[in-house]
Amino acid sequence: MPSVRQLRGRIRSVRSTARVTRAMQMVAASKMRRAQEQALGARPYAEKLRAVLGNLVAQGAAASDIEHPLLAVRPVRSTLVLEVTPTRGLCGGLPGNLNRATARFIVERETPTAVITIGRKGRDFMARTGQDLKASFDSFGDRPTLADVLPVSRMLASAYTDGEADEVHIAFTRYKNTMEQSPVVMRLLPVEPEAFEAAAGPTDYLYEPDPAGVFAALLPRYIEMQVYDALLEANASEQSARMVAMRKATEAADDMIETLTLDLNKARQNSITAELLDLVGGVAALEG
Amino acid sequence: MPMRLEILTAEGVLFDGDVDSVVAPGSEGELGILPSHAALMTMLQPGELRYRTAEGESYLAVHGGFMEVRSDHVIVLADAAEHVDSIDAERAEEAVRRAEERIAARGADMDIERALASLRRAQVRVRITRRRRQQGHSP
Repeated sequence: MPSVRQLRGRIRSVRSTARVTRAMQMVAASKMRRAQEQALGARPYAEKLRAVLGNLVAQGAAASDIEHPLLAVRPVRSTLVLEVTPTRGLCGGLPGNLNRATARFIVERETPTAVITIGRKGRDFMARTGQDLKASFDSFGDRPTLADVLPVSRMLASAYTDGEADEVHIAFTRYKNTMEQSPVVMRLLPVEPEAFEAAAGPTDYLYEPDPAGVFAALLPRYIEMQVYDALLEANASEQSARMVAMRKATEAADDMIETLTLDLNKARQNSITAELLDLVGGVAALEG
Repeated sequence: MPMRLEILTAEGVLFDGDVDSVVAPGSEGELGILPSHAALMTMLQPGELRYRTAEGESYLAVHGGFMEVRSDHVIVLADAAEHVDSIDAERAEEAVRRAEERIAARGADMDIERALASLRRAQVRVRITRRRRQQGHSP
C-alpha cells in the first residue's frame, strides 16, 4: 500500500493533468464549432457551382464540345492520392484510422500509387512505411482559406493533365457528427460529368465568352472546391475527435482521482488506527 | 420590380437580397443587369461590382469569378470579394506600391504571375475606394 504522502503526490499530479485535458477539451469544442460553421459557409457556393456545371453539361453545350483535359478518362497506369491529415495528435484514433484506410487503398491498387500529404501525421506515416511520397504540405491551420488550397489543387490538376497520374483520389476524414467520423477515399479526377446535378429552369443562356470557355474556367474551380471542402471536413472531424478524446481523458482522470482519494483516506485511517493502537498498547503497558 | 442578387464566395454568403440593378465586370466588358434580363452566364474579371437597392448604391471589389443571370435572379460566384467598407484605402495603396516594387526588382525565382495577380487585386481595391471618396460616401 502506498504511503499517504505518495498518494497525495499522485492525486496532485492527476488533478493537474485533468486540468490540462479539460482546457484542451474546451478549446477543441470552440474550434469545432468554428470549423463546422466554415464548412457550412462553403456549402452554398459549392452547390451553386455544381448546379451551374450541371446546367452546362445538361445543355449539351456541352455534349460534343466538352472535351476538357480534366474530364479525359485514360487507362489507369498510375494513381495519385492526396491525404488530408491532422498535424497535432491527441485526437484519438483519427489519424491512425485514416492512415490505415489510405494504406489499404494504396495496397489494393494494382498500379503504382504516389502520395501527397497535408499535415504531419500523414507525412510521417507515409515516410515511415516507405510510400512514394511526392510532396507534403504543412497544415493550413484552423481557418484554411480557398487561397491556401490553390497550390495543392494546381499540383493535382497538373499531375493529371501532364499524364503523371491517370487518376487522382483524395483521402480525408468525413465528418458525420461529433461522435462519428470515418475515413473516406474518393475520386477527384477525372471528373465525372454525372456528378453535377442540373437545376431545373430556363436553359437558353447567352455565354460570355462561350460555353466551352465558361466550362473550362469553372472546372478547375470545382476541383479547388472539392479539395477545400475535404480540408474543411477534415478540420471539423479533427476537432471533434480531439474534443471527444479529451473528454474521455478528463473523465478517466476524474475517476482516478476518486479511487486515489479513497485509497488515501483508507491509508490515513490505517495510520491513525495504528497510532491509536500504539498509544493504547503503551498506556496498557504502563498501567500493567 | 426587384430582382434577387446572391453574392457567394467559398468563405460564405456575402450578400443575398433584392436589388434594382447590378453592374458587373464581365470578361468581355462591364455589363449592367436590370430585371428581366436574358439568361446569361459570364466570367468576371477583377473589378468593381455595384448594385442599387432601395437604400442606395453599394460597391464591392470582386476578384474574378462567375455570374449567372436568370430572369430575376442573379448569382455571383466570386473567387474573392469584399465590401468597399471593409477595405482599408491606405493599406490597399501600400499594397500596390509593394507589388510594383516587387515586380520592378524581380528575381529569377519569382512567381511573376502571382505578383501580377496581387498587383491587380490591390489596384481594384484602390480604384473602388477612390470612387467611393469622390462620391462623398462616408467611410
